Amino acid sequence: MDIKNTLFELSETSGASGNENPVSATALNMLKKYCPDAEIINGNVTGRFGEFRENLPSLILDAHIDQIGMIVTYITDDGFIKVGNLGGIDRRLLPAQPVVIHGKNDIKGVICSVPPHLSDGGKDVPSFDDIAIDTGFSKSELENMVSLGDTVTFDVKCRELLNKRVTGGAFDDRSGITAILYALELLSNHKTKYNVTVIFSAQEELGERGAKIGAFEINPDIALAIDVSFAYAQGEDEMKCGSLGKGAMIGISPSLSREISESLINTAKANSIPYQIEVMNGLTSTNADQYSVSRDGTKACTISIPLRNMHTPVEVIDLNDIEFTGKLIAEFIKGD
Amino acid sequence: MINLLKELCLTDSISGDESAVREMIIEKIKNFCEYKVDPLGNLICFRKGRKTSDKKVMICGHMDEVGFIVTGIRPDGTLAFDMVGGVDTSVTIGRQVTVGKNHLHGVIGSTAVHNLSKEQREKMPSMKSLYIDIGAENKEDTEKYISLGDCVYFDSEFTESGSHIKSKAIDDRAGCAMMIRLIQEQPEYDTYFVFNVQEEIGLRGSRVSAFSLQPDFAIVLEATTASDIDGVSGNKKVCSLGKGAVISFMDRSTVYDKELYRLAFDIARENGLPCQTKTMIAGGNDAGAIHITGKGIRTIAVSVPCRYLHSASCVINPDDFENSYTLVKKLSERIHEL
Repeated sequence: MDIKNTLFELSETSGASGNENPVSATALNMLKKYCPDAEIINGNVTGRFGEFRENLPSLILDAHIDQIGMIVTYITDDGFIKVGNLGGIDRRLLPAQPVVIHGKNDIKGVICSVPPHLSDGGKDVPSFDDIAIDTGFSKSELENMVSLGDTVTFDVKCRELLNKRVTGGAFDDRSGITAILYALELLSNHKTKYNVTVIFSAQEELGERGAKIGAFEINPDIALAIDVSFAYAQGEDEMKCGSLGKGAMIGISPSLSREISESLINTAKANSIPYQIEVMNGLTSTNADQYSVSRDGTKACTISIPLRNMHTPVEVIDLNDIEFTGKLIAEFIKGD
Repeated sequence: MINLLKELCLTDSISGDESAVREMIIEKIKNFCEYKVDPLGNLICFRKGRKTSDKKVMICGHMDEVGFIVTGIRPDGTLAFDMVGGVDTSVTIGRQVTVGKNHLHGVIGSTAVHNLSKEQREKMPSMKSLYIDIGAENKEDTEKYISLGDCVYFDSEFTESGSHIKSKAIDDRAGCAMMIRLIQEQPEYDTYFVFNVQEEIGLRGSRVSAFSLQPDFAIVLEATTASDIDGVSGNKKVCSLGKGAVISFMDRSTVYDKELYRLAFDIARENGLPCQTKTMIAGGNDAGAIHITGKGIRTIAVSVPCRYLHSASCVINPDDFENSYTLVKKLSERIHEL
């Protein structure tokens, strides 16, 4: 499996929270190679890996399939599309940003930007009320192509930077999905210590909603949430960030299972897989927060891929970190 | 003309190093006219017309686009940069760029929104706090690929959607495209065509090319700010897409020749071409340098209305582009009757 090509294909396929269908179809297709019976259950791409054996504990490998975006709320008489946000969007970088509206067909647009001669003394950063999308179509044309409730994502292609670093618009959390697919590839022809279910969960960016129902459905003993976390860059707090290229960030937090955290660390050490520790002081803002308290409780932990510029169209990761993460997951799961 | 515009827009040339786009233009026009490149890099062309006139007419536009320049390399391998021409921070953060002659990919990132305070979320960061990330691991790594002074370009697709075209650098490759077409289709009268450098950093190329030629008339071809967008009404729109070429009576750098202004509107009316003026005194262009060059040059500007000027997503209406071309062609003929 080519990690870069997989990540790029997943990232360039859209799936804003609540409308994950396009990327879910792509991911389902990829997952079927390893989990032939995989299917979409209530929005979550779900697949059982390998043969399930009695008396083995069950484990969920989770990464969220959705990405941040916007949702169409109104079409003005002049043909501008008004939107609300899906997930946490940095409004500072919206002006003149190219976007795609996922209507009957995809339509390209540009977010309106007030030119400098009008912005003197005005607000520095637009509020969502001020945001509108310019498409080149009139209201009546748009009404045949776009419905209220259609989603909008950034129009951005993935690019290779130097070394093994890459940039794209939805690496949060298509990186996690890629790492899981890579782990499954490494586990092909191996027995596992767990009965493994893979979930590419919907609506994480709206409050981990897909994981909540996925956790109930599968009722696992252990859950690993594979997501992204902050990589140090200028402007960030170095003490609270991981570093690009230095391996998967294993979570330690009061809300996570210390047993699993330590077991992951030991696995990394035993197999000489680079890793970093990410210490949090309560909730993790990942799907692990849902798994841990589902039904009668689950031992949950986070494994995060360091990422710069989170929730922007220019997210940056190091492909080595996806490889390290995949290896760590595979070694953790591999049976004798 | 759209394909020509696309080719021009996707060729990277910021102020101070317009060579790539200039070489491309020379390829397009060399079989049609005499040309020379002056010491600043302006491309000055003489196109023989079907007729000769005692009036010397210059049509010009600028080759340079806005962008950035690398000013330093930080220990972590990221690039410090400054803008070349006026670029707003809001259209700079969160964009892909390419850097240097080898067009390395890079991004201008920003602190994750999760880690911003409430106040920071509502305040634009300063340009100098931004950096370009090319994926280097440290300064030594970067130095293998990047030199101080390297040019930085927006990395943007040219797209057509509905009645719009979107691209970087439409300001002023739209003017360049119109001039190339005018040269290729022989003009009625002998005409000088000038592709200027360094407009975006203070109308510098046009100052010397206008001095060299000392024409009687100058027609400046441009793209100008339209803000007919959601939430803007009345005169603050300045001008609108779909309403034809923009002829201004005055902007921040020029009070235009009244007779030429009237002539342009007369031609538009007689030929059923849409044509508009600006409803605010805003913007400026090479006319500002040209009209006070030497003993003075009678000057008019014909502009394509353009939204989100000076960003990676300039938006124009192709009908305005075509109508501007037709108007300029007729204007360049009728100007000899004055």
